Amino acid sequence: MELIVNGDKIEVPGSVSTVTNLLEHFDIDKKVVIVEVNGDILEKDNHQERKISDGDKIELVHFVGGG
Amino acid sequence: MSVNGRYSRQELFSPIGVEGQQQIMDKHVLVIGAGALGTGSAEALVRAGVGKLTIVDRDYVEWSNLQRQQLYVEADAEERIPKAAAAEKRLKQINSEVVIEAKIMDVSIAEIEDLVIGVDLIMDATDNFDTRMTINDISQKAGIPWIYGACVSSYGISYTVLPGETPCLNCLMETVPMGGMTCDTAGIISPAVQMVVAYQTSEALKILSGDTAAIRRKLVSFDLWRNQHAAINVEKMKKPGCLSCGEKPEYPYLNTDNQTKTAVLCGRDTVQIRPPERQDLNLESTAGLLAKQGGKVVKNDFLLSFTAGEQRLVVFQDGRVLVHGTKDISEARKLYHRYLG
Ligand SMILES: [Zn+2]
Repeated sequence: MELIVNGDKIEVPGSVSTVTNLLEHFDIDKKVVIVEVNGDILEKDNHQERKISDGDKIELVHFVGGG
Repeated sequence: MSVNGRYSRQELFSPIGVEGQQQIMDKHVLVIGAGALGTGSAEALVRAGVGKLTIVDRDYVEWSNLQRQQLYVEADAEERIPKAAAAEKRLKQINSEVVIEAKIMDVSIAEIEDLVIGVDLIMDATDNFDTRMTINDISQKAGIPWIYGACVSSYGISYTVLPGETPCLNCLMETVPMGGMTCDTAGIISPAVQMVVAYQTSEALKILSGDTAAIRRKLVSFDLWRNQHAAINVEKMKKPGCLSCGEKPEYPYLNTDNQTKTAVLCGRDTVQIRPPERQDLNLESTAGLLAKQGGKVVKNDFLLSFTAGEQRLVVFQDGRVLVHGTKDISEARKLYHRYLG
């Protein structure tokens, strides 16, 4: 499946079907992440059920603490 | 106009101009943390001619800081000079027209209420979310904008909080990550620091010069190694029920019941222990007491370092102790009580 993540076209395996899967794929599922899918910001509770599909435009920003 | 043309390039930059420069020179900025982000922000703002800058930090300079903490030199690491003191010295050399105030202290609830008096802007240069949430709450309570910034490896993130306008950090994060996530151990390259500093100080100049229309309303992040950039408009995330910025604020992170007396320092194998009350130690006599218990004591004007076998304790004048060589709070407490009663 092809997605546009943070402006870049990327290929993800077919097993990635929800936002949570995608966060696991990028290894940021344990972090606090703000997710925007096709212009809409998701509530954190909806990451698990929110399906993603071919061509979706996704923005991901995860929080870090260092300084 | 500045007499010697010191700020001429900034005045020629039309969004700031002579008037904006005058505004900048009337402002007081509080920089919390004097690590990588704090030294970068402080240097930029002092060069830009801010009226007064207060910089606060709880730690001292080490060799591993020199790769990216731009105000420090080898002698600071050699002599274990507290970061706030070393930063103050260098900042005064850079611009003697700016009032520089340096404070060697841990910033928690009691300190922050006093620190923000008369301050126009708070720059976040901390390394943990406990302090950031305290900054977030005091920003709302006192009506002072603050600019979040953080970085790890080649990644960085920044966001500007304007009380009464934008969502606050509590709205965006909802939960404060504890433990693992607050301590990033993945290393860092200095361009990632500089990029966050650039985002933070650009926003600072907009706020200080009064050009609030130019403020970036988006949460921004980047990865300089992977060549990525992301920006999300988070305006819709402002929550009316937010306990920090909502209709009935309770400022949960200004509640002293939630305050910890010990903290594990990020990536340092170090535990900080705060005495219940701020102290004014006589380092000379403390050094004497420790020397009697065996071990080696080294002292400078601000702190003393005590080494006994594998263990090293650093005692600051305000009574705080850094116990090195452990991340275990109970072990650190044991050592503290063994040597310092
Ligand atoms: Zn809020």
